[in-house]
Amino acid sequence: MELTGAEIVIRCLQEEQVEYVFGYPGGAVLFIYDELFKQDKVKHVLVRHEQAALHAADGYARSSDKVGVALVTSGPGLTNAVTGIATAYMDSIPMVVISGQVPTYAIGEDAFQEVDAVGITRPCVKHNFLVKDPKDIAPTLKKAFYLAKTGRPGPVLVDIPKDVSNQKAVYEYPSSISIRSYNPVGKGDSSQIRRAAQMLLEAKRPMIYSGGGVVLSGASAQLKDLVQLVGAPCTNTLMGLGGYPANDKQFVGMLGMHGTYEANMAMQYCDVLVAIGARFDDRVIGNVEHFAQVPRKIIHIDIDPSSIAKRVKVDVPIVGELKLVLDELLAVLRSSKQKPDAGDMAAWWKQVDEWRVKGGGLRYKNSTEVIKPQFVIETLHQITGGDAFVTSDVGQHQMWAAQYYKFNHPRRWINSGGLGTMGFGLPAAMGVQLINPGATVACVTGEGSIQMNIQELSTCKQFHLPIKVLSLNNRYLGMVRQWQQFFHGNRYSESYMDALPDFVKLAEAYGHIGMRIVNPADVEPALREAFSRKNDLVFMDFQTDSTENVFPMVPGGKGLSEVILAEDL
Amino acid sequence: MRHIISLLMENEAGALSRVAGLFSARGYNIESLTVAPTEDATLSRMTIVTSGSDAVIEQINKQLNKLVDVVSVMDLSDGEHLERELMLVKVKAVGEMREEIKRMTDIFRGRIIDVSNSTYTIELTGSRAKLDNFLQAIERDLILETVRTGTSGIGRGDRILKV
Ligand SMILES: Cc1ncc(C[n+]2csc(CCOP(=O)(O)OP(=O)(O)O)c2C)c(N)n1
Repeated sequence: MELTGAEIVIRCLQEEQVEYVFGYPGGAVLFIYDELFKQDKVKHVLVRHEQAALHAADGYARSSDKVGVALVTSGPGLTNAVTGIATAYMDSIPMVVISGQVPTYAIGEDAFQEVDAVGITRPCVKHNFLVKDPKDIAPTLKKAFYLAKTGRPGPVLVDIPKDVSNQKAVYEYPSSISIRSYNPVGKGDSSQIRRAAQMLLEAKRPMIYSGGGVVLSGASAQLKDLVQLVGAPCTNTLMGLGGYPANDKQFVGMLGMHGTYEANMAMQYCDVLVAIGARFDDRVIGNVEHFAQVPRKIIHIDIDPSSIAKRVKVDVPIVGELKLVLDELLAVLRSSKQKPDAGDMAAWWKQVDEWRVKGGGLRYKNSTEVIKPQFVIETLHQITGGDAFVTSDVGQHQMWAAQYYKFNHPRRWINSGGLGTMGFGLPAAMGVQLINPGATVACVTGEGSIQMNIQELSTCKQFHLPIKVLSLNNRYLGMVRQWQQFFHGNRYSESYMDALPDFVKLAEAYGHIGMRIVNPADVEPALREAFSRKNDLVFMDFQTDSTENVFPMVPGGKGLSEVILAEDL
Repeated sequence: MRHIISLLMENEAGALSRVAGLFSARGYNIESLTVAPTEDATLSRMTIVTSGSDAVIEQINKQLNKLVDVVSVMDLSDGEHLERELMLVKVKAVGEMREEIKRMTDIFRGRIIDVSNSTYTIELTGSRAKLDNFLQAIERDLILETVRTGTSGIGRGDRILKV
């Protein structure tokens, strides 16, 4: 059957059972938009800025196990999308991005709205393609979906010139695909798994550290079994929150720059460390040399061999699909006659509990005068029963959300961990709400971040997305201000947010409900009121303490035990 | 340490820039890089000469393997291998220097492939060190132009890189 390139694109999306495409039209994608118009299987969400299309597709993917899809035009459409592509790339989120390109005959001539999309995105995609012939569209899209979701997931870009979307070709969607140069791993090496098991059984101070990989690969159940079988403390990275239930007593909280004292100390002083779907990045272990000062054995399980031994030396590397590796590891541990030594484990927990006391837990001084941001998050947790999807932007509010909202399930905590993209939270929440209709979706943001994609309030209105926006308005680019206070002699260079809009009126102007909350006593009633409005987007402008800082803090470049606790200041 | 990495990749537009981009983005050294299609027209063979600590070389190998267009990677320096580079040198050759340069070329088993009344163009293959030595053996002022292909490498005996 002969179809135009544009028809083929839509057929492929239908074949992949894509329910929503997030996008923005323009000259180079007009044929594709024309075909979208003629059908109603694939629904299109018109955002107000291409960056938001990417973040929405990204939130869609993070909160489900589906591939997010975005569609943008050539030139500025594509360049606007780049931040969103890079955000997804850094956090390994499966996405397919279709971009229009100028016609093949105009490529290279500096045509109107021409940019080298494949060149610009190359360093921030898992792979990308320029399709020069309509007959290649179907196999290329098939490959794109396959690449995006297998192995270590990531965004894949397919750039389609305008003439290609208008030319005809025989259409057939490949039922399967194989790429000779791409063979994602499955099972891990059995002998390494047995070595790991033995090492764990002999450990005196075992520690389990898991990251976003556990969430993405759906290996939470296996992780929980492992932690409980070994009896070790477990910590999650910022990306891994929800991978292990926060309400379990073996959970010692998030680690890293703003992690708990006990999690960081246990990382530093354990004798066997199991890293699962995590990558020892700078915000997690701080200074590599400092980390390596203390001898410990490291078992590293990851799907991406290049994540292993990138920053730290590893004793037992295991490359494989986390679920399969953990299943096998659990089987070996269960069949072993040896059990972890109860005395050793008791002594280790005694030490961990001492750190818990010394660190004093996550804490802040509440006030009756001014709203403490942590209090807002604690109340949010309480009112939503810990079951909401929480997206966030980037800054202090992000860290407080990560610390004080206790995530018990994977895929509920949606944030830009790797790239740290301000402007992510609201559009991501749109994607989350679309794939989880009826679910409670909260976007925790700051008055700085929200203004980076505030135009999406309009998209939310059009698509009836009852997101609850909690803006922790401290009148500062708070995280920047905190660093300036600690490391730049209180010189608050350009971190004060002057001339802020009236967010209540702004929300109302977009057709939503706005609330301004000034008194601590009003926090809970306001949240209750907002969350009782099941069908409305409510924008809550919390006027919070502008001097509050995020603790604990391991300053950049320092070691995990060189932490600043709340009382130190 | 210096490493010679050989790889097979899809002979597709953009594949080369993925490799080059990887090296520049991650700050890896490239001493030389050569690439050409193989007997199988769908594949290109590339030789990259690089240097770095063991950890960096391990990352380079892993990152190369991760590129979707790369079919297979071999670090030739891990075992017995051969390396060759081709150099063309144009030298000033007048008077008695003509005989001297001819002699030098013979010693290095090069060939004079173009002659004018004031120049010779010499073709020389060998390891990088041999080519460097040749250049050092010739008076600097006489060298008008040099062009080198960069190193190509292949494993010895049964060490074969193939799909
Ligand atoms: C796009 C982008 N630009 C700049 C930064 C640097 N940055 C990190 S946190 C931050 C301040 C965020 O302020 P706000 O959203 O008000 O949150 P707060 O820290 O006050 O909670 C900035 C500017 C960033 N992460 N992303």
